[in-house]
This record gives sequence, C-alpha cells and structure tokens, in this order.
Amino acid sequence: SNPFEVKVNRQKFDILGRKTKNDVGLPGVSRSKAIKKRTQTLLKEYKEREKANVFKDKRFGEYNTKISPEEKMMRRFTLERQQNYGKKNIYNLNEEEELTHYGQSLAEIEKLNDIVDSDSDTEEGGALSAELTAAHFGGGGGLLRKKASSAQQDEEEEKPKSRKELIEEMIAKSKQEKQERQSRRESALELTEKLDNDWKEIQTLMARKPPKSERKDKEVEKPKPDEYDMIVRELGFEMKAKPSERMKTEEELAKEEQARLQKLEADRLRRMCGIDEQANKKKPSHISADDLADGFILDKDDRHLLSYKDGKINIENEEEEEKDEEEEEEEDGKEDNENEESEEESANEEEEVAADSHSDLESDLESEEEAAGNKEQKKHNTNENESQNVKKLDPKMEAAKSELPYTFAVPESYEKFKSLLAGRTIEQQLLILERIQKCNHPSLAAGNKEKLEKLFGFLLEYIGDLATLDLPELRTIDRLVLPLCNLCQMFPEAASDRMRFILRDAAHDMEEVVEVKGRAAFPGLDTLIYLKIISLLFPTSDFWHPVVTPAFIYMSQLLTKCRITTLQDVIKGLFICCLFLEYVSLSRRFVPELINFLLGVLHISLPKKQAQGYTVVHPFTPVGKNLELLLVCDKKDLDSWQKQNLPLSIVTKLKQTSRTEINHIRLSCLALCFDLIKKCATLYESLPSFHEVMHPIRILLTQHLLPNDYPEKMQEWYQGALKELENKDKRYIPLICEKKKPVPLKQYTPRIVKVLEFGRTQGSSRKEQERKQLIRKHKRELKGAIREIRKDNQFLARTHLSEVMERDAARKRKVKELLGSLATQEGEWKAMKRKKGKN
Amino acid sequence: LPTGLYKKVLVILHDSILPYMNEPTLMIDFLTVAYGIGGAISLLALNGLFILIHQHNLEYPDFYKKLYNLLDPSIYHVKYRARFFHLLDLFLSSSHLPAYLVAAFIKRLSRLALTAPPEALLVVIPFICNLFRRHPACRLLVHRPNGPEAMSEDPYIMEEEDPSESRALQSCLWEIQALQNHYHPDVAKAAAVLNQSLSEMEDDISGLLELSAYELFDKEVKKKATDVPLEFEQVRGLFRKKNDIFAEHFTLD
Repeated sequence: SNPFEVKVNRQKFDILGRKTKNDVGLPGVSRSKAIKKRTQTLLKEYKEREKANVFKDKRFGEYNTKISPEEKMMRRFTLERQQNYGKKNIYNLNEEEELTHYGQSLAEIEKLNDIVDSDSDTEEGGALSAELTAAHFGGGGGLLRKKASSAQQDEEEEKPKSRKELIEEMIAKSKQEKQERQSRRESALELTEKLDNDWKEIQTLMARKPPKSERKDKEVEKPKPDEYDMIVRELGFEMKAKPSERMKTEEELAKEEQARLQKLEADRLRRMCGIDEQANKKKPSHISADDLADGFILDKDDRHLLSYKDGKINIENEEEEEKDEEEEEEEDGKEDNENEESEEESANEEEEVAADSHSDLESDLESEEEAAGNKEQKKHNTNENESQNVKKLDPKMEAAKSELPYTFAVPESYEKFKSLLAGRTIEQQLLILERIQKCNHPSLAAGNKEKLEKLFGFLLEYIGDLATLDLPELRTIDRLVLPLCNLCQMFPEAASDRMRFILRDAAHDMEEVVEVKGRAAFPGLDTLIYLKIISLLFPTSDFWHPVVTPAFIYMSQLLTKCRITTLQDVIKGLFICCLFLEYVSLSRRFVPELINFLLGVLHISLPKKQAQGYTVVHPFTPVGKNLELLLVCDKKDLDSWQKQNLPLSIVTKLKQTSRTEINHIRLSCLALCFDLIKKCATLYESLPSFHEVMHPIRILLTQHLLPNDYPEKMQEWYQGALKELENKDKRYIPLICEKKKPVPLKQYTPRIVKVLEFGRTQGSSRKEQERKQLIRKHKRELKGAIREIRKDNQFLARTHLSEVMERDAARKRKVKELLGSLATQEGEWKAMKRKKGKN
Repeated sequence: LPTGLYKKVLVILHDSILPYMNEPTLMIDFLTVAYGIGGAISLLALNGLFILIHQHNLEYPDFYKKLYNLLDPSIYHVKYRARFFHLLDLFLSSSHLPAYLVAAFIKRLSRLALTAPPEALLVVIPFICNLFRRHPACRLLVHRPNGPEAMSEDPYIMEEEDPSESRALQSCLWEIQALQNHYHPDVAKAAAVLNQSLSEMEDDISGLLELSAYELFDKEVKKKATDVPLEFEQVRGLFRKKNDIFAEHFTLD
C-alpha cells in the first residue's frame, strides 16, 4: 500500500522471542474504515433518532454484491412466482390443488402405498393405485409404462408363494430357537449342580490350611445359625485364597522378624527424637505378633468416628442406669424382679462352685492359690451384692456348668462382665476372654468393634478392682495383661483414650485433695498397676505420646506432691521411681523428681540431725515429722536381714508383722534405693551436668551414711551405687551455639526468574491464573469500549457541527440572495427614479 | 513472731498495709529483719522491700548479694513461686547490672533447676532466655567459641555467697543442656531454644508464672492424637519384660 500511509512503531530494543503485534499500522485506512462503519450505523441511527417509522428494504439481494444483477433478477422473478403460486383462493376450484392428509400430499401417499402394496396381495390392498389403474384401464400410457407394469405383474405372480413359505419358515425357526434356549438353560442348571457337588468334594482338599487361630475361628463360626451367610463368607475367603504360601524356612522367618523389628526400632528412635514429621504421617501400622493375619484392616475413618467420648459416656450412663435400676428394684421390692435376681444369682453361684470344683481337680499349686483368691473375690462380691448371701448348692448342676460355653456375647455393662468372670480360675477367665474376642471379631459383624473397645474398658476396670482388693490378685492381673494387650493392639485409639481417661480421673482426684489439704496421699495400688500397664502397652521412649506424656506428668506430681508418712508410702514412691526408670530406660531422659525422691529416701534413712551439704526438696523436709522412717537401729535385725523382693500386697495392707520384719522391709527398701541410684547413674552418665545432678546424693552417701553399720549384703549394694557415681570422669566441653544461618545481604544483580511461558504469572495456582486472566481481559475490553464510545461521540459531534454549518451556510446564502434581489430592486427603482428625473 | 503469722502479714503487706501508712519507712526495720530470716519469709519480705526501695528511696546495702543467697532449691517448690519470679524479673530487668552478677544469677538459677518440677522449669527457662537478651555480655555462658577444649571441673562455685566471686562468667550452662533431655517435651523444647541464637523479642513470662502442675497435665491430656503408636515388644506379663527392674525388687504376692 501507500508507504506514506504506513506508520511504523519503532522498537527501542529488540527482545528475542517476543512477538510484536502492532509494529506496523495503517492509521488512515483504519480511520476511514471506522468512519465508514459509523456512517452506516451510527449516522443512520442519528438521523432516525426522532422518527417512529422505519423503512425496511426487503428487496431480495439488494445489498448483496456477490450476486450479479442478472441472476438477481432471475431469483426475484422465481420468488415472485412462488409467492403467487402459494397464494390460494379457496373458492377458486379451477386451480390445481394438492389434497393432503396429515401434511402429506395424497398423491404421494398413494404412490408410496402402491410401492408398499406391491409386496402384499393386490386384492388385499383395497386402494387403487395410479399405476394399477393405468395398467388395468389402459389410458394414454406409453410403451415404457406397459413394460414396467408387465414386469411388476410377473413379480406379483411369484411373490405370494415365497411369502407364505417365508412366514412358515420364520415360525419354525422361532420355535426351534425357543426349544434350544430351554435346553441350554436346563443343561446349565445341570452343570452348575454338578459343579456344586464337585466343589463340595474338592473344597476340603483345596482349602488352604489356615493357621490355628483361624481354624478356631471357623469352629466358632460353625454353630452360627445362618448357614448361607457362612458359606458365602467362607467362599469369599477361600476363592481369593492364593495357593497356600510356601512354607518359609526358619532362616527366612528369622530374617523377616529381624527386619520387622529393625523397622519398628527405627520408628521408635525417630519418635524418641521428637522429629515432627507431619508430612510423613502415614506411619506403617504396627503389626502385632498376635495379629490374626486375616486381612482385617482397621478403617482409619471408622476409628475416628468411634471417639471414646461416645463409648465412654455410653458406658458410664449404662452403668449408672443399671445401678439406678438395681437400686430402684431393691427399693421397690417387686417380687418378680427379686425372683429373677435370685435366680440369676443362684446361677452365678453355681458357676462359682463349679469353678471351684474344677480348680480342685487340678493339683496345681497355682490354681489352688487362684481358688483361694477366688474365694476372696467371692467375699468381695458378696459384700457388694447383699442379696448374694444365701448360698445354695446344687450338685447336679455342677457338672453341667463346669463346662464353659463356646460362644460369648460381649457383656453390655461392667457388672455383667464382672459376673461373667467371677468365680472362674485364671485359665477359665483367659479362655472366656479369648472366646469373647474370637466370637466378636470386628470382621464378623458391624458392631463388634465398639463392643470390643468397651471390653477393653471393662478389662481395665476389672484389673483395677482386682488391685484394690484387700489381697490384690496380682497374679491374675499378670495373666490378664495378655488379652488386654491384644485388645490394645487391635484398637490403639480406643485404648489410649481409655487410658487417658483413667489418668485424668486419677490426676483430678489428686488435684482436688491438694487444693483442700495442700498435700495429697499416694494413690492405691490400682493406679500404680495402671501406670505399669501403660509402660507395657505403649512405647515410653517417644518424645511425645498421647498416653505416656500425661503419665509422666502425673508420676512427677506423685513424687513431688504426695506426703510420705508411712513405710507404704515409701514403697509406693520407690515403685514410681522404678516406673520412671523403666519409662526412660531407652530414651535416657532426665527426670529431676526421681533424683530428688531417691535423695529424700536416703535422707529418711538417716538418724535425725541437721542435713549438711545437701538440701532435700519438696515432699521431704530437712526437719520435722516422718523422719527416720527407714532408720534401723536394731543390731539383731540388721544382722538377720536378707535381701528379699518386696511383695506388692503390702502396699495396700501392711500385715501385722513383728518389728523385725518391718525392719527387714525397711532395709530392703534401702537396698532398692541403692540399686536405683546405681541405675540412675548409669542412665544419666552422658548428661553434661551429671555431677551436679548427683552431687547431693554423693555427699549424702559419702559423708552422712555410715556403711559400716549395715550388714554386709547392704554394703555391697552401697558400694555398687557409690562406685557407679564416682567412676564417671568429669568432662566439661564449653557450649557453642549452633551457627546461625547468615542472612544474605541485599544484592543488586537482577534476580533471574525462569519464565516458562510468557504472559502467565508464575507460581500461582490455576484458579488464580484464570482469575487474573479474566481481570486482564475485562480491563482491556473496558478500555476498548471507552475508546469506541469516545470516538462515537466525536463522530456525532462532527456530524452535528457539519449540519449546523450547512444550515448556517444555507441561511447566509438565502439572506444574500434576498439582499441581492432587494438590492437589484432598489437599483432598478433608483434607475427608474433617475430616468424620471431626467425626463 | 511465729512463722505462720509472719507469712500472713508479709503476704498482705505490700498492697494492704504499706499504701495506707503515713510513713512507710517505719517498716524498714521490720522488713530487713524478715529479709534476714531466710527461706520463705525472706521471699515474702522482698515484696515490701521492693516498694520501699522503689518509692521511698531506701538504700539497701548488698541487696543483690542477699537476693542471690536467697536462691535455693526450695524456690521452685514453694507456693510463692509466681510472686518471687515476678519480683526477680523486676530486680534483674535493669540493664545497668554488671554482667558477672547476672551471670551468677543465671548460673545459680539453672543449677537449681536441676531439681525443679516441670511447671517451674517452664517458667525459669524463658526467664533465663530473657536475661540473656537483656545482657548480651552473658551470652558467653551459652556460646564460648574459643574457650578451652574441655574442663575437668565446672569453674562455677556453687557454695560461694558473693556473686562476684562465683566465677560464673567462666562457666557454661551445662545444666540447660542437661534439661534438653528432660522427659517433658515442652521443657526439652524450651531448653533447646538456647542452642540457637535468641530472637530479639523477649518472651512474656507473666502468663507462665501461675502455671500449676495440674494445668500442665490437663493440657497434655486434652491434646488430640491422630494416631497412637504402640509398643511392639511382646508382652508376656506384668513384670516379665527383659531386664525388668520390678522383677528384681518386687514380687507379685
């Protein structure tokens, strides 16, 4: 185009890879284009702005430039003809008209009918077709038509036969097919029956030999009533069952076990260091050794739903309700209820008696002890339920009752649970628990998980009850820990919630006492046992653990807040010290309370005098009552002492024992204390301020304790502790802070950002990008629209101005004309006048 | 005066007696005697003394030395812990104190912290951090890049009564390092803060002062855990772990 019309947008810098859109522009062309467009649209509107009528040009192709004028004329003509053709006068019968039926012209329908009817009999299709009539009645048809009709007639002669045959054939075919289908179905049925039979025969052979536990499962399952369900489930199991895995050699098994343990240990260490790996939340789920390996996987989501609150509250409510009910019943004294109760109780008693007889059969020492224990428990029970006083013995029932049933439902309440276990030997109790677990395995029914979680709570409560008895049945507890652990492995969440609840209760009780009295007493044996169980169930070395950390704090409170007044308190305290040591044995965490307490224990074993060189802290006082609690002066007792293990039962009840025995217990405590000090020393050896920590104890041991007073055995303990304390070398390495990461200086070199795509902001999400893009588009459109409007206005103003000028010019011209004509008139008139004057 | 009465009087002295006296300076003798008694009574007398020093121009010779000697293991265990630490914070907030004095306080507090319960540790560790912030000269205690290789003794002398003689500035805070191994996760975390260089802002310890052991416990119990790790060692019985301490000393009878 004209080089003078081209405008070039010169770029200052060439940027590689950038596409320039507007480097060349044709301003003149584009302006004229825009003006043209406006004259076509805006100007028209402007001119018609005060007009109501619109002139529409409906001429065909008037503005279409593509059609040549000749063609245009032709098309217009045809259109006209068509319009005229369509125009009908209903009264004008002469014109050819098409008769229609349902929108189709009748003539065409007739034609079609004729074609369709050519298949069927001509006589049947009553309508006379045009061709037929033409053929039959002759008419002015040419040769062609005749030929066609004759050919048609030939066909018509052949067709009827073939059609009849066809239909017959069809019928025969369908019948045959039907028959075939039926026979096929029958054969399939037969086959499946046969297969079922075969399957039943093979089933026993093919079945993978399940591990013992699973087999037991099935034994338990079999008596269940719904046989179909059973078979379906079994099939579900066994169809999937891979051909039983090759038996692993012992080496392989050992290797696997080792790998598993290593992995678990690594996990434990990681948790011990307290590395919070939120991202790494998917920890491998622990597989307990007791896992049934039946593919049962705890559903994470499900477990969350079963938050302990519900379960807990439910249990409590139930218990309360039941208690209330019982009370009400007793109060009301309704005969029926009483009868029922007495029946139940008698049954219970029979069971108990049966259990006793059963245990009598066994000549095992332990079982005899258990029986004795059971009697104790029975006493306990009788105390609880007053109505159980009456004892009936029914020898006939004994034999029947001595055999345990195979299925147990999970007891609904703690009372029922207790009555279930009451009076059984340990073995039976364990068996019962095992069977309850097996019968109610979570994979068997939907509600079983909740039930078993409740069972865990009951079992804990039961253990607590056993521990609070006058003669705590610790051996029973010892055995009951196993099922407890199994349950815990199955439901870690519920178990931890349960444990936390127990801890919270205990701590709450203590806090109340502390608020009222200022100091608390040590809790009962049950709490100590719970704390011990925690160490069995949960890893105590974790940096933070939902159960273990509260337990730690609770124990530290026990050691600092509880007043020590009796020998039992000392033993309980030492027990807690042992717990602490066990808790931190792997993680080697520092427990100041432990050292304080041991120091205090040593302190109370000294004769009264002003302590020098060391200070005892809180529960112990340098002066005051309760000193010399562990002081033994009796020479004879000292000599006769033998190291003995402390029986835990004295925690709850100190038997009426002689002075000598008490003295012996004191000495045992002291020995235990020495041993604990020794263990502490080995444990904390790596602490940087080990000597400062152990300083008071060392002073007390070396300067205040006089080992010569003690018997030789005790001196051994003493020396062991002291040696462990002194052996450690002193090494103090000056502390150095971790180097701070240097903050980089501000730099002036450009920051280089990798741009992968132009026009797209980096580092934002897709949604944000879309949003930004929309905003950008909107902005651009808005600008464009504003510009257009502005130009429109300019255009309008221009036209308006030109109009005004035109009008003005016209007026001027007219005025000029008028003036001119007037001037000529005037001139003529003057000329006339002059002429007259001359004349 | 009997100690019970002493305590009662001293507890209310600072806000219900002193403001109403015409001449609070009359109490000087009473308070100095009480301050000299030692133990909890001295701690309580501090509050009244502070008011006298602060508002009535009392010159107290060797005040910091006596304060220093007040620090003994019981400060972490007594009921008046919150009040004491509040005052101690006030006394040590002056930036004109000599570094050796502050270092001696820091060292002594941390030494005593070795016997403190966790709730007190959670107060004292941020407290020490604040002292470090106020007195950057004391950072030698935690950061001694070109000191001797290893020492056989802690240079700090615990028994020394005069803070200037205690050689605290030549020592290091090994105690806090020991507390980094504390069983309570929060304490361990707080102690680990001293490993890094401290931030500029001081920690606010006023909220921590009243912390009780039970609150601590409650906080832990209420934490929700997403998953509960379990012990993987096979349980055989109550006392049948390997190397069980209980089996050595207790029987199940």
